[in-house]
Amino acid sequence: MPDQLLYAMEAGLNGLMAGVMYSLVALGFVLIFKASGIFNYAQGVLALFAALTLVGFQEGQLPFAHLINTVFGTDLHHFGWRLPAIVAIALAAGVMVLLAIVIERYVLKHLVNQPPIILFMATIGMAYFLEGLGDIMWGADIKTLDVGLPQGINETVESVTGSLLGYGFFIDNLDIVASVVAALLVLTLTLFSQYSKQGRALRAVADDHQAALSVGISLRFIWVLVWSIAGFVALVAGIMWGSKSGVQFSLSLIALKALPVLMLGGFTSIPGAIVGGLIIGMGEKLFEFTVSSSWFGDIFGFTLGATENWFAYVLALLFLVFRPQGLFGERIIERV
Amino acid sequence: MRKTLTALALALAAATPAMAELVVPNLSYRTGPYAPGGIPYADGFNDYFTLLNERDGGIGGEKVATPECETAYNTEKGVECYEATKGSGALVYNPLSTGITYQLIPKVSADKIPLYTPGYGRTSAANGKVFEWVFNYPANYWDGASVAIKYLLDQNGGDLSGKKIALVYHNSAYGKEPIRTLTELSKKHGYTLVEIPVDHPGQEQKSQWLQIRRDKPDYVLMWGWGVMNAVAIQEAANIKYPMENFIGIWWSGSENDVLPAGDGANGYKSLAMHGTGMDYPVYADLKQYVYDTGKASGAGDQVGSVLYSRGMYAALVISEAIRKAQELAGASGINAAQLRDGFEALEITEERMAELGLPNFGQPFKASCEDHGGPGAALIQQWDATAKKWSLITGFIAPDDEVLVPLVMEDSAAFAAENSIAERCN
Repeated sequence: MPDQLLYAMEAGLNGLMAGVMYSLVALGFVLIFKASGIFNYAQGVLALFAALTLVGFQEGQLPFAHLINTVFGTDLHHFGWRLPAIVAIALAAGVMVLLAIVIERYVLKHLVNQPPIILFMATIGMAYFLEGLGDIMWGADIKTLDVGLPQGINETVESVTGSLLGYGFFIDNLDIVASVVAALLVLTLTLFSQYSKQGRALRAVADDHQAALSVGISLRFIWVLVWSIAGFVALVAGIMWGSKSGVQFSLSLIALKALPVLMLGGFTSIPGAIVGGLIIGMGEKLFEFTVSSSWFGDIFGFTLGATENWFAYVLALLFLVFRPQGLFGERIIERV
Repeated sequence: MRKTLTALALALAAATPAMAELVVPNLSYRTGPYAPGGIPYADGFNDYFTLLNERDGGIGGEKVATPECETAYNTEKGVECYEATKGSGALVYNPLSTGITYQLIPKVSADKIPLYTPGYGRTSAANGKVFEWVFNYPANYWDGASVAIKYLLDQNGGDLSGKKIALVYHNSAYGKEPIRTLTELSKKHGYTLVEIPVDHPGQEQKSQWLQIRRDKPDYVLMWGWGVMNAVAIQEAANIKYPMENFIGIWWSGSENDVLPAGDGANGYKSLAMHGTGMDYPVYADLKQYVYDTGKASGAGDQVGSVLYSRGMYAALVISEAIRKAQELAGASGINAAQLRDGFEALEITEERMAELGLPNFGQPFKASCEDHGGPGAALIQQWDATAKKWSLITGFIAPDDEVLVPLVMEDSAAFAAENSIAERCN
């Protein structure tokens, strides 16, 4: 098999894996949009906040230490213990549920039946608030996240492809774990959304707040539920991305990679978030591989680089023009 | 009644502490994606001036104020900070951002306020004939690129012909700075340069490192900042790229960049334009007058780190320029124009660095009307993941001025032509 074809296959496979990582972020957006019609601008910050909280618990860091030390003149930073990863994850998930309750109580409750733009603006405010809160609670320094996930090249894939094709493919162990986790998440969420009582109530709320209220669905409970689930998905995304690059404030920017995924997959489809992620991931990697290759340079006289964001958004733009509801989104016709 | 009011006003005036007369705004970034780099730098910068205020009563008897303005490493906010603070008697700006620097160069030239950009900013500002108000000593990006190549030459018996060197860079004005120099040096030394850009913020770099895995460059140089550095080092470890052949610029060589990759970062190298760590006498004074008295900037947890040391070094150079300006003006209260004269007449010798408690920390240099860039030498440091510590593995390596000087002249001449600037120092 020609080398360039093998390299393209490797780039495509890695693109699929990267796409799964994008989908993990996109899932949180879909859940909240599906249940409440809100485009949650704060989803990236939720992932950051969840990861910061996880590392803080794991390392036994004292929350608000800087503030406490400044006010009381103390020099406290750590509790002196280190929690096992699983306990820290459970506690961080608990904090995300608590956060969902607070968001519902102090923000969403007051905005029932408001136009979507008002709710969207509220999530922008939440994003800034949570980013600042995370900074004050845990500090803005870069943190190492180690929950025991494997990283680095998968030797099995490398040796199998090496012996079969004569070129050992690179696949990151972390990406493989992320794919398995994403598959489980999607399966669970799809089953929950389609077959559970709460899942159906959730979809009813998404269709019409007031109609759902009239048949006895507790809007407040549904919102707490969906924000809790989105918080948990954000925690999972935070763990995967944080393991890759450390937990730091650019983690919130991963939301930027989720937007084109949503435009492709549709804002209301859980499988759409996955398929959209896979298409964006593979497409951008193959495009980058093509335009940065020496053979492309030989033909056109120039090569390009750092095209991934550009490609993802151009593809999303094309979808917006020709299929605005995305691949799996619901086509909404509003009569005036 | 009038007498009472007058007496009260006089009493209040007497009770009010003297206002700081030397204002050095600190355009810092403690929030946003680049905060892990901005915080230690700002802390080191503030702590050094606090030390001078607490130990020496300021500089020449004048206290120094360092009002902070948050830029979040955002160019627009940086310009806003400049506009908001320049009326407060600001003496000099040091924005720690190449993007902000490019926007401020015409502004400081019009407002006649010095701009000090050590190791960053516009490289050709080293030419004082064109850039009257900008200073970037002791080293700039092109110096860094040249030093890296000289180090590689040394590693290869003086011959890089046939070698392939990849440049992984932040796809911004900052990251693109060394390309011209590395291209020119490739003509001289016969290596092949492969340019690999990474988009902001650099969280996802799989394509770039798959390309490196396929192309197998002999060496990888990196011009990164923020999370891009940590991800690049992690990806290099993932593809098992030999870390000893991976060298970052000094903005890709802090603890923040290597710690997330754990043991995988072992052996990674970076350039350094100063020493690091706490084995310097100045830290005894800092402990006594700043840390132990609760006057440390920020959380006080960045002391001795690479970027803390760099912020402290920038403050040291500015304070020495202020001292020089006071000497030239024959007065302790100086204005921005007088400080510019101080920057231009500044000489920092090794003896002076030792007096200041930082022996063998930075390279000696002497500025002049023509030379605002200094000698440009740099060290190479290597990360020990077990000890979690940088170790210097070379002394100061001088850049290749034979290649760099014509490039600086060409670029600054183009800037002068675009902006109708008449050369000075003739």
